[in-house]
This record gives sequence, structure tokens and C-alpha cells, in this order.
Amino acid sequence: MSVKIKEMLDRPEVLLRGNFACAGCGLSIAYRTAISALERPIVVIPACCASVIQSLHPHVTYNVPTLNIAFAAHASAASGISRAKKRRGEKVTTVVWSGDGGTYDIGVATWSGAAERNEDILHFCYDNGFYSNTGAQRSGATPRGASTTTTPTGKQEKRKSITRIMAAHDVPYIATASIGYPRDLYTKAKKAGNMEGYRFILIDAPCPTGWNSDPAITPELGKLSVQTGYFPLYEVENGKLTFSKRGMKYRDPDKRLPLEEYLDRQGRFKKMTLVQIEELKKDLQFEWDMLLRME
Amino acid sequence: MDNESEMKDPVLPLGRPTVGSAPGPGTTGDWRTSKPIFFEEQCTKCYQCWLYCPEGTIRVDAKGEYPYIDYVYCKGCGVCVHVCPQDALKMEKE
Ligand SMILES: Cc1ncc(C[n+]2csc(CCOP(=O)(O)OP(=O)(O)O)c2C)c(N)n1
Ligand code: SF4
Ligand code: SF4
Ligand code: SF4
Repeated sequence: MSVKIKEMLDRPEVLLRGNFACAGCGLSIAYRTAISALERPIVVIPACCASVIQSLHPHVTYNVPTLNIAFAAHASAASGISRAKKRRGEKVTTVVWSGDGGTYDIGVATWSGAAERNEDILHFCYDNGFYSNTGAQRSGATPRGASTTTTPTGKQEKRKSITRIMAAHDVPYIATASIGYPRDLYTKAKKAGNMEGYRFILIDAPCPTGWNSDPAITPELGKLSVQTGYFPLYEVENGKLTFSKRGMKYRDPDKRLPLEEYLDRQGRFKKMTLVQIEELKKDLQFEWDMLLRME
Repeated sequence: MDNESEMKDPVLPLGRPTVGSAPGPGTTGDWRTSKPIFFEEQCTKCYQCWLYCPEGTIRVDAKGEYPYIDYVYCKGCGVCVHVCPQDALKMEKE
């Protein structure tokens, strides 16, 4: 059941206006929506745009307790917070909020260890598919063919499947969500917030600055990624995958919009050759086939 | 722990939640080149604009009230205009 907008309106504001984020930032929509669904969150943020839009001391954009820490320490620091709070008998939601660079590449060791120990942490990765705050370098999440400053002719490799890597840790909850569907994101965040153990939510979060897209269409890109089959929406609980209501019909390739409708709206895909587009389509179908096996 | 070795709370470099935290004056409305204008008579109070505004500058005081825009901080991204299903928001050059 999708959440009623009234419930969302009544939640406290967690991201304060007048912050350092670019106009039309997808990460901001992701944060506002997901963190507002949680009870007493404490958020650990490694280096990434989320630590930049937080602004400069003594001002903080976030209206919840926030700890900044090095990449290689995010889930370790969160493990400590979570255990200390438990020992004191305080009920909080310990959160890691990291970018794809800090989740797919740098910082894997820290979350993998915490996931293996099944620490009581809710880990969100806002995925803009590259290192945005350091000037648009490629990451393990960058899709094949996308141009970044380190892949000027388009990335040669496939996008890594972080959710399947996470699933190999057999954690209690994994979900994907998109800022194109904030109510679905809120519902998943709230559900995960009420669970225990290591929980992971991957959020598709368009970045108009790095993707070279119109800031006004950030939500539309979040929808198109789902509707074209680029970003499947699902949950994995106890090893079993369920496609979300919003994304269910795109299991069928014929129901998906042409991928070009998504690519054509972003400067990062402008230089893609037809061969690269075909290869990207194959990558995406490969991922779908792997997910369908987990159903 | 005996009294002598008891340490005082260390002074931590804590920041505070602030509206207008962006460096400089923090009035991010200055970044705008176009601004969204609200037309009440078209609005059905569906709050899609509120849901998607990245900045939190679409304000809704209570359910059932019309939304309004905080122009001091609105960055003019145009998201609200794009998601409004009723054409109750329009972009205007400044
Ligand atoms: C160990 C280490 N290596 C490199 C950096 C420089 N650095 C800071 S943020 C960042 C990229 C972060 O990318 P991502 O996690 O995707 O977040 P985004 O910038 O996209 O929000 C890098 C490489 C660093 N701070 N620490
Ligand atoms: S670079 Fe991208 S992710 Fe970072 S603040 Fe700007 S729009 Fe948001
Ligand atoms: S233009 Fe952008 S920042 Fe301003 S109110 Fe609309 S969505 Fe919010
Ligand atoms: S999206 Fe449009 S119709 Fe809906 S509340 Fe906002 S201004 Fe009114």
C-alpha cells in the first residue's frame, strides 16, 4: 500500500531550504523523502555530494544528527553508534547515507563487514552513477557508454550490480527505489526503518549537473529510468525477490518504453554509438534475467 | 573512574541545523534566472509540487491549504512547474 500524502506532509522537515545543492538535485529529493520516513535517525555520511550540500561549519543543512566520516569507515562508524545506542537502551535508526562511489567502489570493505555481522543499520545509497562532487569521474555504477571526465568516449564496462552483491550477504532487506516515485521510496524506507539488522536501499537519483540534463526534468528522468527498464524496482527479503507494484509490468520487455527516451534527455549519453546503445541494452536485459531468477 | 582522571566533555565542533546554510548570505533565491508563479484558481491541492521540490521551498502549512513558494530560497529549477498536473505553476523570466 502506498503512503498517503497527508502522512508525508506531517513528517518533520529533514533537509532545510537554502542549502548548497544544485538546482534540481535528485539527491535532495531522495534525502528529503527517505530520511523523513524514519524515527529518530542518526545519519553517517562519507565524502560525497551529501557532505557538500550539508554546507560549511557552523551551519548544517540537515535537521537530524549527522556524522561525517571517511569513506572506508561509514558502516564501521554506524556499527559503533548502533551498538552504543542499543547498550544505553535508546531506540534510534542508525543510517548510512552514501553515494554510489562510496558504496560500489570505495567503502565496500566497511559495509561488507557490517552486513556480514548483520549490524543494525539502514544503509541508503543514492545512485547518480558517478563521482559527482569531485567533477564527474566514472564509478562502478556508471552505465556502459556514459561519458564522464575519465571515460570521455563512453565507459567500456558494464554497470556493477550492487544489489546482487549485497544479496550474497543474505541481509534481511534489500530494495531499490527511484526519486521518480517518492511515495514508493517513502514506503520502503519506513518499512526498512521498522526492521532490524542490515538493510539496504538503492535509490536512483538523477544529477542534472553531471548528467547534463534539464534540472526541471529530474523527476521525469527518475520515472523514465523505471519505465524504460534501466532501473528495476524490487525488494529482496529472505533471499526472495519481489518486483514492486510500480515496476512490475516492466518485467516484460515489450511493456518498456524505448531506452532512447531515457538516454536522449541526458548529455552524458549524447556521444553514444548505436553499437554502444545495443551493448547497454544487453547489459540491462542481463541484469533483468539475473533478477528474474531470484523471484 | 576516580575524580582526577575524569575528563570534561571535549568541545566538539558541532554545527547547527540552519535554513539558508549555503555559503555566503545563504539566500539561494539569488541563484534563480526564472521563477515559478502560482495560479491558485487552477490548483487542486494535490501537492505533487511539494512532493518533488528538491529544496523544500514549496511550503504547505497544513493539509487542505494552498501551497506557496518561499522565493528567498527557491532556486528556480522548474521541477514544480514540470510535475504540476494542472498548469497551476508557470515559469517566468526574472
Ligand atoms: C579515500 C578517499 N579517496 C578519494 C576521496 C576524494 N573523493 C571525495 S568524494 C569522492 C567521490 C564520491 O562519489 P560518490 O560516492 O558517488 O558521491 P557523489 O559525489 O556522486 O555524491 C571522491 C573520490 C576521498 N575523500 N577519500
Ligand atoms: S552535483 Fe549532482 S548530486 Fe551533487 S548536488 Fe549537484 S545535482 Fe546534486
Ligand atoms: S522552482 Fe524548484 S526550488 Fe523553486 S519551488 Fe519549484 S521545485 Fe522548488
Ligand atoms: S502540483 Fe499544481 S495542482 Fe498540485 S498542489 Fe501543486 S500547484 Fe496545486
